[in-house]
Amino acid sequence: MNQSVFRLTLPILFGYIPLGMAFGVLFATQLDYPWWAAPLMGVLIYAGAGQILAVSLLAAGAGMVEVFVAMFVLNARHLFYGLSLLGQFRGAGWRKAYLIFGLTDETYSLLTTRPRGPDRHHEQEVDFRITGFNQCYWVIGCAIGALLGDNVAFDSTGIEFALVALFIVLTIEQYKALKDGFPLWTGAAAAGIAMLLLSPSHQLIGAIVIVTAVLLVHYRRLKDTGATEGANHG
Amino acid sequence: MADMTYLLSFIAVAAIATFATRVIPFVFFERHTEHPLIKHLGRYLPAAVMALLATVFLTRSGNWNAALPGLDAVLPGLLVVAIHLWRRNALLSIAAGTAAYMTIQQTGFLAGF
Repeated sequence: MNQSVFRLTLPILFGYIPLGMAFGVLFATQLDYPWWAAPLMGVLIYAGAGQILAVSLLAAGAGMVEVFVAMFVLNARHLFYGLSLLGQFRGAGWRKAYLIFGLTDETYSLLTTRPRGPDRHHEQEVDFRITGFNQCYWVIGCAIGALLGDNVAFDSTGIEFALVALFIVLTIEQYKALKDGFPLWTGAAAAGIAMLLLSPSHQLIGAIVIVTAVLLVHYRRLKDTGATEGANHG
Repeated sequence: MADMTYLLSFIAVAAIATFATRVIPFVFFERHTEHPLIKHLGRYLPAAVMALLATVFLTRSGNWNAALPGLDAVLPGLLVVAIHLWRRNALLSIAAGTAAYMTIQQTGFLAGF
């Protein structure tokens, strides 16, 4: 099982190691804390954009309330991820807490897109390992970056495009599974609107709010036209 | 030496805030997994979010002040789409697109256009 999980998570490895390193280098060069705090943040916080924001908050010596609000708002998009995984994680037992803890953008993408068999417990075990593998890549990246500091010599410029490519591939896979372009155009349009109107730090959450609002309207319209779409989509 | 108490409380607060955003849906909606609205979101939200993430991160990867704005990201993006539609092998599509993007960024050969 580990081999297939590794194959599945390989694109995330290529994305997380350089991104984790970028965070680690930033942490080591901007702050006066010991290097191991960077991987520790990868273990305990485990949020890409959140940790990069944390570096500037740490540098500014932000107060705890400010830290809580800033991290909550920045990661607020995750609120919506759980909604589509309620059923999938149900009955996962002790694994469930970790599955929820590790729900990053990339893990969410893999868990909601990969093909699933009928054996629920087996699939949850696979989900669990995917989450664990991904976090390992991230923590390793954070550690390498913090240890190397600003002495990074090799030219890996652009390797983080692996995550963009992963999102593109997963979008295509979602389309093939759904055979319905509506959510994709909604997502792309919402992203466009958010990027035109909002500052970079609010674009993701803004776009997700728009998408969720559109889906709520979509749901009401399906319901009002008498179609029992909800009941059919088991 | 920097203040370790501050650092550790900072990490604890940041970890709690991040976990809160992930766990809240499970705390408040756990009993409604069979509700048609939750099923509707479960069916459509992942696809919409995926398209959204792809759009945002692809846009951010490009240089929009170049003579051909954004082509340095759109071109490798299209390559990913083409190769994926052709072979439907995720790793191949991602590797090809990433290699193309890295080449473009490191050689800067699109800068002249």
